[in-house]
Amino acid sequence: MFRYAMRRLLVSIPTLLAISFIIFALLDLAPSDPTANLPLTIPPEVREKIRASLGMNEPFIIRYLLWLQQFLVNEPLNMIEQWTGWTIGDSENRLRVISWATRSPVVDLIVERMPQTLWVVGMSYVVAVLIAVPIGVISAYRQYSWFDQIGTFVSMLGFSIPTFFTGLLFIVIFSVWLGWLPSIYDTTLVVDSWDSFMAQVRQMIMPTMVLALANASQISRFMRASMLDNLNQDYVRTARAKGMKERTVVLLHVLRNSLIPVVTVIALGVPTIFGGAIITEQIFRVNGIGALLIVGIESADIPLVQTLTFIFAILIVLFNLIADLLYGILDPRIRYD
Amino acid sequence: MRLKTLLMAGAALTLVAPAAMAERGADGQLNIIYWQAPSTMNPFLSGGTKEVEASSMVIEPLARFSDTGEIVPILAESIPTTDNGGVSADLRTITWKLKPGLLWSDGTPVTAADGVFTYEYCTHPEGGCAQSSYFEGIASMEAVDDLTLKITFTEPKPFPYTALVGSESPIIQKSQFENCIGARAPECTEQNFNPIGTGPFRVTEFRANDVISLEANPNYRDPAKPAFASVLFKGGGDAESAARSVLQTGEFDYAWNLQISPEVLTEMEAAGRGKVVVAFATSVERIHVNFTNPDPALGPDERSVWKEDGSNAHPILSDIRVRKALSMAIDPVILTEIGYGPTGRPTCNVLPGPEIYASTANDACLVQDIEGAKALLDEAGWIDSDGDGVREKDGKELSLLYQTSTNAVRQQFQSLIKQWWGEIGVETELRNISASVFFGGDPASPDTFQKFYADVEMYTNNFSGVDPEAYMANWICNKAPRPSTQWQGENITRWCNPEYDALAAEFSKTAGLEARADIAKRMNDMLMQDYAMIPLVHRGGTSAHANTLAGVKINDWDSELWNIADWHRVK
Amino acid sequence: MTDATAGAAPVAQSRHRSLWGDVWRQFRAHRGAMAGVAVFGFIVIAVFLGPLIHTVDPQYLDLRARNAPPSWAHPFGTDNVGRDIAAQVMAGGQTSLAVGIAAMAISIALGAFIGVLAGYFKLLDGALMRLTDLFLALPILPLLLVIILLFRDTLRSAFGPEGGIFLLIVVVIGITSWMQTARIVRGEVLALKEREFVLAAKSIGTRERRIITRHLLPNVLSPILVSATIGIANAIITESSLSFLGLGFPPDFPTWGRLLYDGKDFLTLTPGRVIWPGLAISLTVLSVNFIGDGLRDALDPRIRGR
Repeated sequence: MFRYAMRRLLVSIPTLLAISFIIFALLDLAPSDPTANLPLTIPPEVREKIRASLGMNEPFIIRYLLWLQQFLVNEPLNMIEQWTGWTIGDSENRLRVISWATRSPVVDLIVERMPQTLWVVGMSYVVAVLIAVPIGVISAYRQYSWFDQIGTFVSMLGFSIPTFFTGLLFIVIFSVWLGWLPSIYDTTLVVDSWDSFMAQVRQMIMPTMVLALANASQISRFMRASMLDNLNQDYVRTARAKGMKERTVVLLHVLRNSLIPVVTVIALGVPTIFGGAIITEQIFRVNGIGALLIVGIESADIPLVQTLTFIFAILIVLFNLIADLLYGILDPRIRYD
Repeated sequence: MRLKTLLMAGAALTLVAPAAMAERGADGQLNIIYWQAPSTMNPFLSGGTKEVEASSMVIEPLARFSDTGEIVPILAESIPTTDNGGVSADLRTITWKLKPGLLWSDGTPVTAADGVFTYEYCTHPEGGCAQSSYFEGIASMEAVDDLTLKITFTEPKPFPYTALVGSESPIIQKSQFENCIGARAPECTEQNFNPIGTGPFRVTEFRANDVISLEANPNYRDPAKPAFASVLFKGGGDAESAARSVLQTGEFDYAWNLQISPEVLTEMEAAGRGKVVVAFATSVERIHVNFTNPDPALGPDERSVWKEDGSNAHPILSDIRVRKALSMAIDPVILTEIGYGPTGRPTCNVLPGPEIYASTANDACLVQDIEGAKALLDEAGWIDSDGDGVREKDGKELSLLYQTSTNAVRQQFQSLIKQWWGEIGVETELRNISASVFFGGDPASPDTFQKFYADVEMYTNNFSGVDPEAYMANWICNKAPRPSTQWQGENITRWCNPEYDALAAEFSKTAGLEARADIAKRMNDMLMQDYAMIPLVHRGGTSAHANTLAGVKINDWDSELWNIADWHRVK
Repeated sequence: MTDATAGAAPVAQSRHRSLWGDVWRQFRAHRGAMAGVAVFGFIVIAVFLGPLIHTVDPQYLDLRARNAPPSWAHPFGTDNVGRDIAAQVMAGGQTSLAVGIAAMAISIALGAFIGVLAGYFKLLDGALMRLTDLFLALPILPLLLVIILLFRDTLRSAFGPEGGIFLLIVVVIGITSWMQTARIVRGEVLALKEREFVLAAKSIGTRERRIITRHLLPNVLSPILVSATIGIANAIITESSLSFLGLGFPPDFPTWGRLLYDGKDFLTLTPGRVIWPGLAISLTVLSVNFIGDGLRDALDPRIRGR
């Protein structure tokens, strides 16, 4: 298993380099323009100068290598300097990855947005898993019971109604009619007292719930389907015949064997926590990573989009590797060597 | 109204403080929401409206335009004119006097050298300054003394109020930006996010594309202002929920640019927490008619390319009777009612303001005339001979491709106009394109508004400030976008008329407001009467503020936050 | 679903036909599945035959009846430019159902195919899973913009404005949504291929194609069916977001997703604009889910005959 993990990690490096190149080529091919959002009163000659000042007239391959150097060499060096206070080489003139729209280092922007993204999107994922797994297990164990039927109905609503609508519905009910919860997330809120903690909880409830509903619907369906497959297997009958307690049979044997698809879905979901939730973040103005990404795409801020998607790619590769290792733990018969 | 009296009135206006005598910072926090979040506080690096408006709370120009479109002095003591000697008789120089005793928010004095530095900063060839067109035609700028700034133009300039006037070209502090000139401009993140200014507020924390925290500037020139101690300037989301946060939930005091369906806005306003305010300047939603042939079968050097010899004309739309019929079939009154309500006015001009420039010669377009349009098409030889509801001529169907950017109101306009054109026997194919592509300048993309690979296209254009000279020069022949200009150029319709070009040249040499207004109107009428464009709606800037907020004077000529120093809480 | 069962069909038919009789009997006994068939059938009939009864043109703008409440002339009311909501929901349903089912079929077929290959053949696993990682990492919006740039005009001239765009949308949704299915199927196959019955089949020399179609595919059917249900909902919603990029259908072409999006701001003014398309999407997904449930139970020999 260890050798397999090391080999996979080594293979990841060329994979990620290839991915970064393809993303860069894609962004370069896309017909968007960083000056598109400027008012039409700014004349075309000025726009051309702006594009030139962003380095857009350099050849494609030069821009790609420059980004690669900035991201893989300069940024880590800068990070080490910040943590340790050392000075490594010519740090004054070392170019960081600079966003075109804000003219500030991309990594700083990402760091600034991590807290709200992790709080809201991360929390919603935890809530979703905590709700979905028990619901999936019970729904399968008591198939076609009332609990199962209601669970099915709610989860169908959960993934057939898009978040742009549930978010709005929540705002109309809880902010406009009832006036209980704020409709706009305050990212400057500092939690240092009970009151500010409660304010934080209140502003997190709606975005977290909207996302949790959508995610829990999916996970619970996969959980239920997989449990159903396993409940009728021979080993379950054997375990029962041996006189094991029903609870042990279901929670230890069936659940463990049913987790493979669920682990896959969750492993695919964890990187998306970092990717943020574009629509939900927009509706509640959480302004996390998702909002950063969409603003970057709309304003054709290539360094920002490239860096964000590449970090996203690293997480995807990493978590899919973790999922593969987990398969081996959940089902020892799966062998990779 | 003469320019001089306008200017005087403006100067007097600023002396009369509308707010009751208050204490600085007495009214607590002001919450503003812009659904597009500013990405920087330096308007020279990003020319977007959101950045310009956010920075207008912090950095200020010599003079700006008031809510009525008059020039009012801000950092300047008065507005220089030929009468008071501030503008030389040959119209080649303008001399500004700064108010004495002005301080930057860090406590150092404001001098004319800061103005000169701003000019150098924005005209540096490697800086990529978004506002460099404001500094065009300047031969030199010099600080005569600490408070006197003299600008010399290369040619006589009948309208000299461009450089350092209006919120797009404010003065920045020399000592802060000294090391940020040219290619180094983007590296100065700290300076670009926290500029030192003379305005009523200063930045305490800037989070790009998210939120700006500001506090009252302790060195602001009026000791009683601003009334608010701090400002929270939140961004992001969409216009609809921004309106809701002011009008329905009351979480915010002011929301900007609310282009949403009028009935939804009215319903929100009925909640009684705030009100919608509108100001009109020069934005006109219009349909551009393609005068060149956009046939996809043509090569890239022919398709929608204007030729000097007039070949490659549009096979259908080069006939004025067809263009006129298309215009007659449209009802701008209904379009305005459905798409904009009280935040728009139907218009027949591409130059709707300032009032002195607005023509009345074309107002007949406000009345829809379906029968007249049909007769005109019959006359032009377009007849529905095969009974399929679409007219033909010489075996060619009267069918048009109509493109615009993606936007709920624009798609409704497309549907309405398609129906009306259908009634007169014109078939329309609709296409909508993502705004970031449509308004982007990528010469490789077939979908930009400059390339105009369609028969008609719709969008809004305007000009900033109050002088239309540069705007009216958009439609001269050689400004047509074409491959040799990398598809850059403002004459999107590719309309060409030598008489118009001559008028544009005359405009740039004419002084005197009345003479200028006369030329501008003639140019507007020439465009309208040849149906080079079909104007639809004169759009206003629409915002909403809470009932507890007073002093708001919405302004579409300049930043909406132009008089934020006077905003205060209703007690 | 059709793709998943197709693999098992020829094998079964060659032996004895009564197997499919058994499956059908079991399916009919599943009350949820029959309800699903009824609802789904009703939606299909309403959407395709409804316009024959309610003959209002969905694109006609009745400017005198804007934001009208439900009435005899307009059973679901009208929108803010006077279009009939009932007619729009029916016209939108034709497109949305076609897009949803076709895109789901592509995504499931692709996902199951890649998942089985990667899970079963160790040699292919590395390459196919790295390809999956790449597709997961690609930023969707710029990808779509590039696709429009490269293919829209070619397809438009080959298949006409509507046919070309339909093809483009279906393929685009299909090729950007197969990754989850592929990873899930692969994970299951990795475990299944070490199970006794597969080892037994291998030891008696069963050919690999037969092992895959006869032993593996039927056993990964449940996660595939769940993916299919989610896939339809996803495709219907994704289609609406494509239209904002200029990739979707022309603006005068209603779909359920777009009706819901355009109507959301009118939630309190004319609630019909969101209730009907929202209900239509949910009922479609719900009924497909129940049909999937019934199919799964009917195809499981351990449940059949219970």
